[in-house]
Amino acid sequence: MKRRRGTFRMFELLGIPPQVLLGQLLLGLINGSFYAVLSLGLAVIFGLLNIINFAHGALYMMGAFVAWMLLHYLGIGYWPALILAPLITGAFGILLERTMLSRLYHLDHLYGLLLTFGLALIIQGLFRNYYGISGLPYQIPDLLSGGNNLGFMFLPNYRAWVVVASAIVCLATWFIIEKTRLGAYLRAATENPVLVGAFGINVPLLIMLTYGFGVALAGFAGVLAAPIYSVNPNMGADMIIVVFAVVVIGGMGSIMGAILTGYVLGLVEGLTRVFYPEGSAVVIFVIMAIVLLIKPEGLFGKAA
Amino acid sequence: MQQTDTVTPPVETIASATGMPMLHKIIFLGLLAFLMVLPFMVYPIFAMKVMCFALFAAAFNLLLGFGGLLSFGHAAYFGSASYVAAHAAKVWGLTPELAVLSGTAAAAFLGLVIGSLSIRRQGIYFAMVTLAFAQMIYFLSLQLPFTGGEDGIQSVPRGELFGIFSLENNIPLYFFVLTVTFGGILMLYRIVNSPFGQVLKAIRENEPRAISLGYNVNRYKLMVFVLSATFAGLAGATKSQVFQLASLTDVHWSMSGEVVLMTLLGGMGTIFGPLAGAAMIVTMQNYLATFGAWVTVIQGVIFVIGVLLFREGVIGVLARWFKRPL
Repeated sequence: MKRRRGTFRMFELLGIPPQVLLGQLLLGLINGSFYAVLSLGLAVIFGLLNIINFAHGALYMMGAFVAWMLLHYLGIGYWPALILAPLITGAFGILLERTMLSRLYHLDHLYGLLLTFGLALIIQGLFRNYYGISGLPYQIPDLLSGGNNLGFMFLPNYRAWVVVASAIVCLATWFIIEKTRLGAYLRAATENPVLVGAFGINVPLLIMLTYGFGVALAGFAGVLAAPIYSVNPNMGADMIIVVFAVVVIGGMGSIMGAILTGYVLGLVEGLTRVFYPEGSAVVIFVIMAIVLLIKPEGLFGKAA
Repeated sequence: MQQTDTVTPPVETIASATGMPMLHKIIFLGLLAFLMVLPFMVYPIFAMKVMCFALFAAAFNLLLGFGGLLSFGHAAYFGSASYVAAHAAKVWGLTPELAVLSGTAAAAFLGLVIGSLSIRRQGIYFAMVTLAFAQMIYFLSLQLPFTGGEDGIQSVPRGELFGIFSLENNIPLYFFVLTVTFGGILMLYRIVNSPFGQVLKAIRENEPRAISLGYNVNRYKLMVFVLSATFAGLAGATKSQVFQLASLTDVHWSMSGEVVLMTLLGGMGTIFGPLAGAAMIVTMQNYLATFGAWVTVIQGVIFVIGVLLFREGVIGVLARWFKRPL
């Protein structure tokens, strides 16, 4: 009790009430969770396909919309949707990979970027046509409604769940890639697909599943985001550009690096919102500029 | 190591040594003649919009088609130049040519700052870095006091050229815009066919080889980046004078995407491709304006088809048929 009063005094010295600071830090942590899951998906896809998936933001939006559609057209609630929506978006991703992306592997990687940019325009445009831009509400599931008063701040249950769920998914992905046999095949195929194919491993299948998995991660983030932000066709467009900056800062060489950079930058953004609100929209880009000056290959990147 | 200041022109610069090839001369002259009568046939504002975007796409093509660098943030230079030019004409009361020049100078400066940071990464990272910086410029345009936030800078006066000729009417303004954009495109043509342009192509084809030949590759990349940003700025500044408006649309990432689409559709690395691409996209937007968000979908479809089946672009295909560089 005494110690808490001490921290209060420290915060008051800075002129910031602790509720505000912790509230913004929580918001930053939630944004950071989305950055982490999305940049993780980008890194996984880039590792094997050498393609920057510009459609990642649109697919994140699609995950949120699939959850909304499941609820409104089929009456399927949040918990099944948390599994189903990523599966559906992932399957859609596999369809995209089989029909289009796979035709570009022999070309300059920039064509992959251009193709996925076009796909993002199509997906966003279609959803905007049918659902408008005003955004659709999605209820927080009953189990997670309400919140707890922790004494120093109010913690909404759903927000705590978002942080926990995304952390679990990130760690599970890291574990699969770094510690399992399947992950070993994946890492080997990243290094040398021809040789891995010669050992009898179906590399095109691996590529297809990897893209589907990366897209499913984006869809999962979309479902998590649906109750927090309104479900909106534009929700992924601005997000993806920030995630690109996150990826440039972290470098895509390391899975854990992508995850950590996402969380840390979310927190930095939250802190900026407390101390210098005008700068919160650009702080990640400023950090990117500094990183480019000091360590151009990214914090966790390999020299390219 | 060879000094990069004393660039010895490669043998292959015949085009620049003997001037423009006859075919290109004919096309440019025909285009000019067509543009002279165009404002009497179509709505001049529409024609001016096409010309501004043609210059924008040609500037972008200098970087992508000849420098091999895909910038996904060219709206930053286009848009910031349009803001500065609009501000200069409206608040400082500068004449149109000075307003356009100040916008262009702002874009050049921005290109120098962003370019020197962005060229530190290659390939796909370069595209992401330029996009991220452009998004930063977008947020600044939203927040800075002089940009007018969501409203932009409206009712910019057209003023008097050199303080003498009124540009209030569309026809005199048209010929001002024609001079600026056509001049800009000719300058870009000259740059592409200069010894500098030849070195750019060498870097695009084989960067390690160019380095081993003693060229300071990063300096060339920065120079082409700044030049491209400058001409993109010239286009944006001119556009703000035509529409008497600078708005967030011009700095938004979708504008960066549009200029990529124009260049891709027309044919990257060709002389006339970006011009054709710009004309096609602007015309399409004009006719499909009533369909709202379908324009985005159609642009996306063109992107996908262009990348999958039609990577040479319209002019690229024509060039292959006629076996001539176009």
